[in-house]
Amino acid sequence: MPDSIEPFKNVSTTTAETPSHRSTNAFLDGVRASWTSAFTLVLIGTFVGVGALAHDYGFALAWLALSTMLIWAAPAQVIIISALGAGAPLIEVALAVTLSAVRLLPMVVSLLPLLRAPDTRMRDLVLPGHFTAASVWVESFRLLPRIPLERRIAFCNGLGCGFMAAGEVGGAIGYSLAASLPVLLTAALLFLTPLSFLMSSARNCLILSDRLALAFGLMVSPLLVYLQIGLDLMWTGLIAGSAAYGVHVVWRTLR
Amino acid sequence: MTPLADLWPYLVLILCGFLPNDLWRMLGVIVGHGVAENSELLIWVRAVAIALLAGVIAKIVVVPPSALATIPIAIRVAAIGCGFGAYLAARQSVFVGVLAGEAVLVIGAVI
Repeated sequence: MPDSIEPFKNVSTTTAETPSHRSTNAFLDGVRASWTSAFTLVLIGTFVGVGALAHDYGFALAWLALSTMLIWAAPAQVIIISALGAGAPLIEVALAVTLSAVRLLPMVVSLLPLLRAPDTRMRDLVLPGHFTAASVWVESFRLLPRIPLERRIAFCNGLGCGFMAAGEVGGAIGYSLAASLPVLLTAALLFLTPLSFLMSSARNCLILSDRLALAFGLMVSPLLVYLQIGLDLMWTGLIAGSAAYGVHVVWRTLR
Repeated sequence: MTPLADLWPYLVLILCGFLPNDLWRMLGVIVGHGVAENSELLIWVRAVAIALLAGVIAKIVVVPPSALATIPIAIRVAAIGCGFGAYLAARQSVFVGVLAGEAVLVIGAVI
């Protein structure tokens, strides 16, 4: 169906001479598409929680804004904010962030075939790669097939910028609310993050190992904290994640 | 005139946040292909990422940041449990679940 709306798709050499106004228009189309996406509201809500967390742990608003721009992955941002805020060693923070980010690699890899034309340079894919997160990934799969191939990278960058702006707005709102609200309401704001992350993770679970990983992680982490084991987040991921995968393999073999 | 101490958090952000996170995105751009969608390795990677996130969630509830720490742990745990129950009851609506969890937290703290 979407292919029928691509009368101008031209796979010949002319795509190399893309006029700059064409990519500007595609970029703006992407920004507009982000505003009408349901993800914008979800992002604002998520980043209100992240912003409140950043304030409570004593980070500057500029730091929060930059972290949204540079990291652009709410889970990794919650990890770095809560771990640094609780005084975890830097190496532990970096390890936990990187373990949480491995999942981005297959997301980027699966998105590239939609973006790449025969003459696309690798450096043109750096920005769409950086924007790749759940929001951009899902909406790209939905929207890109309708966009002519030579406009897709600019469109994807526009989409990413629009979503990132929503994240920045949400973060700033949460940060300033946490700075001005009474303690009880600030606590409620901070509680947005565990609640929304738990349920959106549960929703994204595809198979048995995903569900078990969620359940095991919830149990293993407090245990490691109680036992005061170093690198507890990394171990939670490796132990609970591997155990979940193990059960998944055994279950599949037995069936 | 900016003292180095003011820039330190930003350096940490780049070294412990930006680089370890974007490394995988850039590897994806460079590798580009050859990572099968449902390979066993990816199932494990996803399980580890989910477990780690679950660990972060549990830690915020059990060892919370300052404002949240003013609410007793029993109420925090009850709130997240009730929120998840409401999410399941409302046919996996994240919105309903978050609302229910927040309601239990605030009402529990006031009473």
